Amino acid sequence: MTSVAKLVRSIPLNGFRFATDAVTIEAASPAARLSIRATKRGVTSLSKSLGLTLPADPSKSSKKAGRHALWLGPDEWLVVDEKLAAEDLIPKRASREFSVVDVSHRNTAFIVSGDDAATALNAGCPRNLSLKAFPVGACSRTLFGKAEIILYRTGRTVFRVECWRSFAPYVRDLLCEGAKDVRN
Amino acid sequence: MTRIPARGSRLGTKTISFTFDGKTYEGIEGDTLASALIANGVHLMGRSFKYHRPRGAIAAGAEEPNALVNVFRDSARRQPNVRATVQEIYDGLKAESQNRFPSLAFDVGAVNNLMSPALVAGFYYKTFKWPAKAWDHVYEPFIRRAAGLGEAPTEEDPDHYANRYAHCDVVVIGGGPAGLMAAKCAADKGNSVIVCDENAAFGGWLLSDTDLRVDGMSGAEWAAAMVAELQANDNVRMLNRTTGFGYFQQNMVGLTERITDHVSRPAPDLPRERMWQVRAGRVIIAQGAIERHMVFPGNDLPGVMLAGAAQTFLNKFGVPVGERIGVYTACDTAYAAAFDLYEVGCEIPVIVDHRTEVDAQILKQAEDLGIEVIKGGHISEVTGRLRIGGIVVKSGADTEREWDVDALIMSAGWTPSLHLSSQSRAKPVWDETRGIFLPGESPQACICIGGCNGTDELADVFAQAAESVGGKAPKCKIEDDVSTSGGMSGATGDSLQKGKAFVDYQNDVTAKDIALAVREGMHSIEHVKRYTTNGMATDQGKLSNMHGLAIAADLLDKPIPQVGLTTFRAPYTPTTFGGFVGHTKGSLFDPRRKTPIHDWAAENGAEFEPVSLWDRAWYFPRRGETMHEAVDRECRTVRETAGIFDASTLGKIEVAGPDAAAFMNIMYTNGWDKLKPGRAKYGIMCREDGFIYDDGVVGKLAADRFHVTTTTGGAPRVLNHMEDYLQTEFPHMRVWLTSTTEQWATIAVQGPRAREIIKPLVKGVNLNSESLSHMSVSECEICGVPARLFRISFTGELGFEINVAADYGRSVWEAVWARAEPLGACVYGTEAMHVLRAEKGFIIVGQDTDGTVTPHDAGLSWAIAKSKPDFVGKRGLQRPDLVKAGRRQLVGLKTSDPKKVLQEGAQIVANPDQPIPMDMLGFVTSSYWSGTLKHSIAMALIEGGFDRMGEKLYVPMEDETIEVEVTGSVFYDPNGDKVND
Amino acid sequence: MLLIHCPYCEDDRPELEFANAGQAHVVRPSHMSEMSDEDFEGMFFIRDNPKGVNLERWRHIHGCGRFFNAVRHTVTDKFLKVYRAGEPRPTDAELAELLK
Repeated sequence: MTSVAKLVRSIPLNGFRFATDAVTIEAASPAARLSIRATKRGVTSLSKSLGLTLPADPSKSSKKAGRHALWLGPDEWLVVDEKLAAEDLIPKRASREFSVVDVSHRNTAFIVSGDDAATALNAGCPRNLSLKAFPVGACSRTLFGKAEIILYRTGRTVFRVECWRSFAPYVRDLLCEGAKDVRN
Repeated sequence: MTRIPARGSRLGTKTISFTFDGKTYEGIEGDTLASALIANGVHLMGRSFKYHRPRGAIAAGAEEPNALVNVFRDSARRQPNVRATVQEIYDGLKAESQNRFPSLAFDVGAVNNLMSPALVAGFYYKTFKWPAKAWDHVYEPFIRRAAGLGEAPTEEDPDHYANRYAHCDVVVIGGGPAGLMAAKCAADKGNSVIVCDENAAFGGWLLSDTDLRVDGMSGAEWAAAMVAELQANDNVRMLNRTTGFGYFQQNMVGLTERITDHVSRPAPDLPRERMWQVRAGRVIIAQGAIERHMVFPGNDLPGVMLAGAAQTFLNKFGVPVGERIGVYTACDTAYAAAFDLYEVGCEIPVIVDHRTEVDAQILKQAEDLGIEVIKGGHISEVTGRLRIGGIVVKSGADTEREWDVDALIMSAGWTPSLHLSSQSRAKPVWDETRGIFLPGESPQACICIGGCNGTDELADVFAQAAESVGGKAPKCKIEDDVSTSGGMSGATGDSLQKGKAFVDYQNDVTAKDIALAVREGMHSIEHVKRYTTNGMATDQGKLSNMHGLAIAADLLDKPIPQVGLTTFRAPYTPTTFGGFVGHTKGSLFDPRRKTPIHDWAAENGAEFEPVSLWDRAWYFPRRGETMHEAVDRECRTVRETAGIFDASTLGKIEVAGPDAAAFMNIMYTNGWDKLKPGRAKYGIMCREDGFIYDDGVVGKLAADRFHVTTTTGGAPRVLNHMEDYLQTEFPHMRVWLTSTTEQWATIAVQGPRAREIIKPLVKGVNLNSESLSHMSVSECEICGVPARLFRISFTGELGFEINVAADYGRSVWEAVWARAEPLGACVYGTEAMHVLRAEKGFIIVGQDTDGTVTPHDAGLSWAIAKSKPDFVGKRGLQRPDLVKAGRRQLVGLKTSDPKKVLQEGAQIVANPDQPIPMDMLGFVTSSYWSGTLKHSIAMALIEGGFDRMGEKLYVPMEDETIEVEVTGSVFYDPNGDKVND
Repeated sequence: MLLIHCPYCEDDRPELEFANAGQAHVVRPSHMSEMSDEDFEGMFFIRDNPKGVNLERWRHIHGCGRFFNAVRHTVTDKFLKVYRAGEPRPTDAELAELLK
């Protein structure tokens, strides 16, 4: 048996950064991600084992110590953890009440921030991103141009944009186009 | 020509130089191309579409039908059909007239004008009927040459365009007095507001009116103050040079903002245009009204224009449109224009008023200025060739009098602009007393205010604007003595019988044409429109609709509302394709998906092919190799040694939950109950109609968990198909689906030495056939990271497929390659993969099937579980057409000449000597040169193919007929021994 | 672009997030194999194409992923009602009420 050193994750667009005076776009750090599907009972038990409540209301999120749970559908959540590995989060025992699938590497993310972050996103995202319609903590699967994204507002002027990894170059390019256009 | 700078509310001070038809002119900052040309004494700006008649600007804004020019910056940036009345001049602007040869003043095509009796309404319908043969070589080329206004650029558009989605409480379309007041009142109430105006400056007709005073300010001053107030409000976005071109469902309006078309040297970063897709809580339409022209013979000579346009040229740009100006009107507003022109020193020899009754006060004003007014008169003739020279006027007593003029201004009244209201699906309402259509109630949350609502008095306009947004207008002191009463629609004098009195300038439709259409049986306005082209194309009936309608109604002796109004369509004014495209071009046209191993392949010389949205490594040519040689080598190496292949694009779906197996039983034709965890199976998915929808290998990881693979292109629709059944037909099943396509990088290692290559990298499973037999799956560690290792083969050789989390994909790939390369293995691409699988007769869904092929047709009956009570497609497979004899079945083909490679898609016949059209038995679906077998191989769908084994058939091609023999579709290792090594 | 209310997200969302999924309330019988050819034809191939009220399925495919049903007027494009998958078809009386 050949011994192999522990491999290091190589995320798409690692270290990417683009900034104008109004918008900054950065590749987010590697994260653990779980796609969770669960019954009501499953939600209770997972909330306990994950240590944060899987929100029951549409477009709501919850967070605790670098771990975020995003409502995506009536029985679907995305959990993102910036510290631990997915293996450490996935319940060891299978259950009749939920499915937990490791999608850490399926997605990658950008952090879009700045006064005009929402405007830059609106170059390709048809949603109303005003604070009233999409407040801090709101999250949703939606579209950005021709790419599906999960949009998560983490601050008044900060968004996390999750996309499937092969769409990352497209999302990056369109984000930059949007960012360049906000003050024109 | 003189300028009256004091009158130009929009004029700057800088002199600007531009060219028109190659000649250099000077204008002043703020000018439009039309105002600058008129200031230079140039009225002739274009030739008409059909008759090539000389034309000048009729209007001063977006409704202009005549003065269409080609504006260009360089060979790629050429924009045809730009309205000279809208285009702002900039230093170095180059414009050319259109639709003339060799020059604007002498145009050969003008012979059409002489031939015009032959070119009447319905000319095309009447002429290009028969013989049918003439269509290809005579009629169509002729029509194509004649069709179209202006010339499209031939090069790729080098400019870029932006898109923006926006939401607001109130969007106001039109920034005249009504729009500005509505925006102010809406903003005062705390609403978010977007207000747009198609012009460079907000203010609308206030900028063209010098008589009006609001709180002591001129109209232009009042507008400027409003603009300053609105701009200071963070909740308000002001978009000038922005046209509200379309009103779509649920209060979405499309705005196109022109950003650089007025700039001499635009910054390269700036988009040329920005398309706004605005969803508003409420839409305030303040589009204003469009002045109608008078319909009389010769009403299209350069120098003839709308009175309001002349007033705009004077008061906005300081340009009097002539020195000796006649007036022909049926509406009071033309008097104001005439008085304005008189004030700056123009001579007004006569005002011909079509009405017999005219307001006494206005007559007195004219009399005081010494202007003669002829009541109840009409213009029967005009003189001049490239510019009007005189008018002949007939009045009640039928006496004819002539005047010399160098311009003629006219007004038949004002048509409320119902375009956006109509697009919002409001039905126009006829106002009998005023003879105009007014906007009806819209099913959407929108309100028309001001001119487009038929409201003229400024005080009423303000009140209406405030009310439209639930606000209150500030008290203003308004001084405005201009009357707007009067107006008419239809032809004047004898113009239904004599001469060319244009109703639609852009489409060269005369009053006589409308009359002819009615005579020939077109009794609905929709028919009249199509027969005559009245109000079609970019004009959208802005000037022509009401006149056309009135003439038709009169001849039909029906009230106007009974004849109907044609529907207005978006866009309101021509909108560039670039604007619609927005960011969606170049690298942003479509996402180009790349696997985690893509960059390695690129660094190692791969050629790529697009497969759905993916770029896939196609083949890896070594120095000097052709594609054929490379693919041959890759295939040979896999068969003799081993090859590694990036299969990451395969769709993957995790099917998990206690009812996972039951769900798989429904979705796939195969049975899944007996499959043990750790085993894998080839699965076929059908649609309800029994046709193959997708296929792939499925690994059972645990009793309640499957790793399902799909075709590369099929991944999204397969997941959708599964979700559909799960959510709507079998919601009681406890099973969940998760796309994991991109979670896993998939590396196929195939060939006799595959095991040897990966063995040292794998931990947690013994790779021998006892513990990991063909069609198995194991969760283990590879290169120290968790992996799903399949023992499967799409090549017919001993094979493995490694799945590792995608961020480790490239590292694991490199580790495998470091093992493989010294053993003489290769990297192979999709082309070799296709050859290898075809040698084994493995199908590719979408290539060997086309949505009409059942598993039986594809020779896959073994994959259909007989005992299952139900699966999607089970009932469909029993349909009479699917069980009858003679269906096309998938077979192999060997060419009699082994070197001949068939063309995919080629048709197959039994007898090549039969007459055309031949009786076709089927077609080739896959075809390759097999280096391993030293002959070409092919798969084909052929009627009754399974019963034709050994039969000779023929493939007729353009230059030869190829003989083939029908065979089984497994060409290589028919017993399948190798995969079990 | 339509604005569609998703009964699961409880929010109006742009049409781009949705995919139309054809006629609603087409029932797939539990005993498919016993279906006559005529019934299969009716179930699989034949669809209504009304001018006016149409009962149709949508999927909030780029949103919560749920299929749901909608009553849409094909002339005005107005959504008169949306309801979750599995909820009963509105009665004719209810549909008439919606049209008022």
